[in-house]
Amino acid sequence: MTTPASAERLPVLLSPGPSGSAAARFGGRFAAAITYVAFGLVNILVFGLHAHGSATFSFTPEFAKVSVPNLTLPAAVTSYVCGAVTLALAVARALDVLGVVRLGQVWRRVTVGAVLFLFIIALLAWADGGQTISFNVVNLLSGTLDDSIPIMLGALTGVICSRSGVINIAIEGQLLLGAFCAAIATSVSGSLWLGVLCGALAGSLVAVILAVFAIAYRVDQVVLGVVLNTLILGLTGYLYNALMTGQYSNTLNNPATFNPVKIPLLGDIPIIGPVFFDSSVFLYITYIVLAGVQFGLARTRWGLRTRAIGEHPEAADTVGIRVIAMRYQNVILAGLIAGIGGAYFTIGSVGSFGIDMSSGEGYIALAAMIFGRYTPFGAIGAALVFGFTTQLQSILSSINVPIQSNLLLLTPYVVTIIVVAGLVGKVRGPRAEGVPFIKS
Amino acid sequence: MTTPPPAAEPSATPPPAAEQDGQDSSGRSFGDNLRRAIQENTLTVIFLALVSATIIGGLLTAFTNTTVLNAWGHFFSSPGNAIGQAWDAAFGTYWALFEGSIINPHTVSALFQQASLATAVHDGFLSAVFNPLSETAVQATPLILTGLAVALPYQAGLFNIGGQSQFIGGAIMAAWLGYAYNMPFFVHVVVCVIGAFVGGAALGWLAGEIKARTGAHEVIVTIMLNYVMLYFLAYVLSSHSLMEAPGGSDSITLPITSNAHLPLLAGTHLRINAGFLIALAAALAVWWLLNRTTTGFEFRSIGANASASRVAGMNVERNWTRVMTIGGGLAGLAAATVILGTDFTLNPQSYGTYGIDAITVALLGLGRPGGVVAAGLLFGALHAGSPGMQVATGTPVQIVQVIQALIVLFVAAPPLVRTIYRVRAARARGVSTTMSKGWNA
Repeated sequence: MTTPASAERLPVLLSPGPSGSAAARFGGRFAAAITYVAFGLVNILVFGLHAHGSATFSFTPEFAKVSVPNLTLPAAVTSYVCGAVTLALAVARALDVLGVVRLGQVWRRVTVGAVLFLFIIALLAWADGGQTISFNVVNLLSGTLDDSIPIMLGALTGVICSRSGVINIAIEGQLLLGAFCAAIATSVSGSLWLGVLCGALAGSLVAVILAVFAIAYRVDQVVLGVVLNTLILGLTGYLYNALMTGQYSNTLNNPATFNPVKIPLLGDIPIIGPVFFDSSVFLYITYIVLAGVQFGLARTRWGLRTRAIGEHPEAADTVGIRVIAMRYQNVILAGLIAGIGGAYFTIGSVGSFGIDMSSGEGYIALAAMIFGRYTPFGAIGAALVFGFTTQLQSILSSINVPIQSNLLLLTPYVVTIIVVAGLVGKVRGPRAEGVPFIKS
Repeated sequence: MTTPPPAAEPSATPPPAAEQDGQDSSGRSFGDNLRRAIQENTLTVIFLALVSATIIGGLLTAFTNTTVLNAWGHFFSSPGNAIGQAWDAAFGTYWALFEGSIINPHTVSALFQQASLATAVHDGFLSAVFNPLSETAVQATPLILTGLAVALPYQAGLFNIGGQSQFIGGAIMAAWLGYAYNMPFFVHVVVCVIGAFVGGAALGWLAGEIKARTGAHEVIVTIMLNYVMLYFLAYVLSSHSLMEAPGGSDSITLPITSNAHLPLLAGTHLRINAGFLIALAAALAVWWLLNRTTTGFEFRSIGANASASRVAGMNVERNWTRVMTIGGGLAGLAAATVILGTDFTLNPQSYGTYGIDAITVALLGLGRPGGVVAAGLLFGALHAGSPGMQVATGTPVQIVQVIQALIVLFVAAPPLVRTIYRVRAARARGVSTTMSKGWNA
């Protein structure tokens, strides 16, 4: 063991720091219950008292074969009920902490989900209450999925890299270069799938640079990722201005885009069909990648080895796993995924490339990965939370709801800080993440 | 790197504990530092990094230029023309950058054609000569300050990516104090600058406090805070009851009252202002803090080895909070120099790219105050020259960002540069960025 982290692993010598004060402990134990109370009060005092009329939710997209009847709810009552149930859950959590009731890990997580769900219902009831237009839930959900595609794929890239022991902050750069290369490749060749391929390769090109500098030259990986992002932001911006505007804009930056593909039968199921099975090809790729990464990490020899080199590379090396080679391989393979996510920006949605098109979604993907506790499904779930907020904001502003869209947009970031700060349970990353392996 | 790094990884300034030649770093003069840097090949590596980035940038300029590409289409019929065109394109770009940031010969010859010095001064010809240098200083000012905001926490082992959020914090305070109050001339600007420091420091403190209390990684916290502040800025500028100028709908504040403007240093024709002096003073203060105070000693010690420092009785968490607070304040000062020195108003884009540029400045400056000033001036010159370059040669301004990132990438990996140029490593010691510290540390 020659890595500097060895010093960090002497817990006996290290005092826990000033966080052990009584107030912090109390706040820590009751943090969840207090947060629930806050949500419940917002449901009642903000949404309930200010809601008027009734809210109509529709569940049918246009041109659907099977239609689902609209659901009309009295706005104020709905908000009150949501608030009351949330407060009841807060009491349950408090009793759990005091030891009166025993909730398992699973049930605790269910309460978190329920509180968030009730909050959204109350919010939507308040927002749509008194409006003439019904609130289309299917559009909200399918928009959420589409918005989240780059974040989901980026987060999966992050999961693989981190579990292999390499910090990948360059996800942002991988998305951006993927978008850029996919736009050019599709514009020149006319082939959408070639665009996807080039986007993927672009993502793994960034990964190659990342891997070489991080693994071979042992550059600090956080610094390296940020610098790579700057480089790619500058490079794509430069090439955009130099090559993609003016006389070349039609030949180099005018790609076709994928049409939505409806999966037969599954796509006709009411509500679920239009949300999950009538969408961009990229969403189906995301399903496959998610299943692959989850299965791979949890059930295969590759996954076991990957987790081993991320947690304890020295031990892995001892049993004959080639740590360095495996890290190279995993980082570069993961780059393909982020590159595809980047391609979604251009040939999956907008078409032409624009400067700084990924607009920080790579960093959000990074946050989603940590939020999701370094697991594939967790990362996807967190990515969906971010996508949902963005989508909710755009829908609410389109129906003129008097809500500060900027404040709505900043909530997921605040939530991420709270999560990372461990107020809702400690997130623990792979132990050797970011520590270069030096074979002795 | 042929040898595995020792347990206490040397950071930018060697930690007192890991001092190899027994020399107390706090007593070292600038000359000693320079000599050491040359011995360790650090300066050679930086110089070669600059050369490499310049060459790659030149190739990029040349081979994305349509004239050059056309000429290379006829390479086999006229190879000389093709190479000549490429050289012209690259050289023209760099020359235009030079003219825009250091000195423009046309303005000099125009000056000497004037009848007398008095008319030259009066008609602004003298100012025109110094305008590029003034612009370089103006552009360098926030880069130096935000660079220090990254460099100082870096000495304590923290990577502050939150320059953007701290800049916004400072900018909101500077703008609010600047337009909403009326105070006497000197007092007002001082209050605004202090307010900006406090605004930035508050954001820095928040990140440091979260790190200290919960152990959350400062990189994630500061990235998230960047977005929080970005939307918060948009929020306060979107409502007339908060900061948006009454009657307008363009999301900017009222103009800063003239009493709160930073005083100009060289006449009304040049934009160089007292902000530049603030930046230099801040660099000096950071140097003094790091090398002449107990607090600075603790910062560097913690940066070198937090566990050892803790065992030695230092309060690591409190120092994390402290260093982030000061760093945030420096980023707030950068905002003051922009809002009170050149922009005189606050808009949703006021934060520019300072947050990212700061990282490149701090890394090129090896995390040392003097290095940050030098790197800030260099990148300031690139920024100052780039608009003129785009007009003159058609090369997009983003080339500056590319060159900047390339320089830092090469500086960050000394072994790569040594391999390319076959420079022998005098001592197997990397620049500060070759720091193998984990995410969970």
